[in-house]
Amino acid sequence: MASSIPVSVPADAPPADAARGGRVAQRTRRLVAAGAAFVVLLALVAATAPWLAPHDPVRQSLRARLTAPTLEAADGRAHPLGTDHLGRDVLSRTIFGARVSLVIGFAAVAVGSAVGAALGILAGYRGGWTDTVIMTIADAQLAFPFVLLAIGIIGVLGPSFPTLVVVIGLSGWVDYARVLRSQVLVLRSREFVDAIHALGGAVPRIVGRHILPNVLSTLVVIATLQLARAIVLEATLSFLGLGIQPPTPSWGGMIQEGREYLDSAWWISIFPGCLLLLTSLVVSRSGDWLRDLLDPTLRSE
Amino acid sequence: MRALAAFLAARLVRALIAVWLVSTVVFVVMRLSGDPVPLLLPADAPRSEYARVARELGTDRPLPVQYAVFLGHVVRGDFGRSIHFREPAMRVAIGYLPATVELGLTAFALAVLVAVPVGVVSAVRRNTAVDHAAMAVALVGQSAPTFFLGILFILLLSLKAGLLPTSGRGDWTHLVLPAMTLGAFSMASIARLTRSALLEVLRQDYVRTARAKGLREWRVVVKHAFRNAAVPVLTITGLQLGTLLGASVVTETVFAWPGLGRLAIHSIYNRDYPIVQCVVFLSALVFIVINFVIDLTYGLLDPRIRPR
Repeated sequence: MASSIPVSVPADAPPADAARGGRVAQRTRRLVAAGAAFVVLLALVAATAPWLAPHDPVRQSLRARLTAPTLEAADGRAHPLGTDHLGRDVLSRTIFGARVSLVIGFAAVAVGSAVGAALGILAGYRGGWTDTVIMTIADAQLAFPFVLLAIGIIGVLGPSFPTLVVVIGLSGWVDYARVLRSQVLVLRSREFVDAIHALGGAVPRIVGRHILPNVLSTLVVIATLQLARAIVLEATLSFLGLGIQPPTPSWGGMIQEGREYLDSAWWISIFPGCLLLLTSLVVSRSGDWLRDLLDPTLRSE
Repeated sequence: MRALAAFLAARLVRALIAVWLVSTVVFVVMRLSGDPVPLLLPADAPRSEYARVARELGTDRPLPVQYAVFLGHVVRGDFGRSIHFREPAMRVAIGYLPATVELGLTAFALAVLVAVPVGVVSAVRRNTAVDHAAMAVALVGQSAPTFFLGILFILLLSLKAGLLPTSGRGDWTHLVLPAMTLGAFSMASIARLTRSALLEVLRQDYVRTARAKGLREWRVVVKHAFRNAAVPVLTITGLQLGTLLGASVVTETVFAWPGLGRLAIHSIYNRDYPIVQCVVFLSALVFIVINFVIDLTYGLLDPRIRPR
């Protein structure tokens, strides 16, 4: 239509507005980079935990129980974030706890995005009653508190790594499916897809080579937002005793263990809790910024 | 009228499908968890005893039959007897419902009463320090894990400041911390949405007209702008009420609040599965009913669906 205007800025927009838009985009790009740097740093900490942590995270020391955060070395070992009720080093446990959060978080996002993207693309591409069935299930899942069902399922089946990943992952598939379906619906009606069809292109090839690359940025945005959700859900389940079981340190589990000692030894719960809050905040904000940058049409506040 | 009826019929069908799916998931999970018969028998029980219990529970019948029987029981609200309380699971669960409703409604009222004025002020005083501070708090509130927020409140307001009790249910002071914790997420979401919905409306021509007429600013905001911003706010607000229900499991556990959520967690620890099933089902039902009522009010509010 208005193909003679090559820029995306409306033709009558004053140049000052365009410059301002550019500055905003520049700022958003920096924020996304900062968010990504945070996640990479956390991943590095998690990966190098055995070398980085000053102490063995599960080693108990009855003499050093409930030590307050201090840089001074008691019994030859410093505990900068204090120790818990069994004398285990809170800093080392927090560092190791990042592993559980990130591994389960990323694995759950992988499960959720694979299932959600596949079903969303299928629904959008096939249409008809395939679409009706998939979207009815999606609507139904949104129509009740899935967290409660997740707690029930894990409570009955027992908290193992695969169960946690699948349940946390599936709790988020609807978001991917709904957005991808609507994008595929639009793409499918575009001429280039018709053209490939006419040229004899097979459906899996059309989806893989032409549809998927077009929806990839949307997928990345949703996956980032879901990562924050998955990390918080894992911590919540661990807090309820339904996550990764002790003695493996996890942030949610540490917050639970420190709850009884909140009055006398606040550091057991508060340090891992603050890191969890920070991670959740940074990752979900990064998702928002990424959305503004890649796909402003998705904006919904 | 027909449009409204069709809209409600579609929503009712959706609600029924949701209830059916929840029941099916509950059934599948219970089957996956293994044979319940050995749990009820001593290890050295004879085969005849095993067969008798299996017949009693119906686990000796083919799966499709078990599924049909299960659905029949669900329709009648029969989830079997609680192993721990030795009473019908439904009766136990209903007994814990009032505490959850009390907490949920208080949290919801608190969220709306704080969030809507904050959102309005933020929109009217856009890009001032007040707006930035309010939205920063809202962002933290939206991403803070509920259980950690509860722990922080207990530490700061209860243990350090000594203002409020840490846990349990008693007079109104016991309700403050759990309601703040449970309501925080909704409060943050509603405040942000009110702000953006109002900003959207304040840009419209009829607001400019109202201002040009010389109306006072508060009158423009309250009578002309807010009314039109209210529809999206109401929709999301209704959805929040449902979300509160799920989050109350965590809040009730943190504050030892004797409601459905805490009952569910305790029953999981006790392996009291009839109660777990019943609570999951009951909560899903409440959630679905709330959503249905919201759809109803939304249908009545939106002139495009409103009956003539």
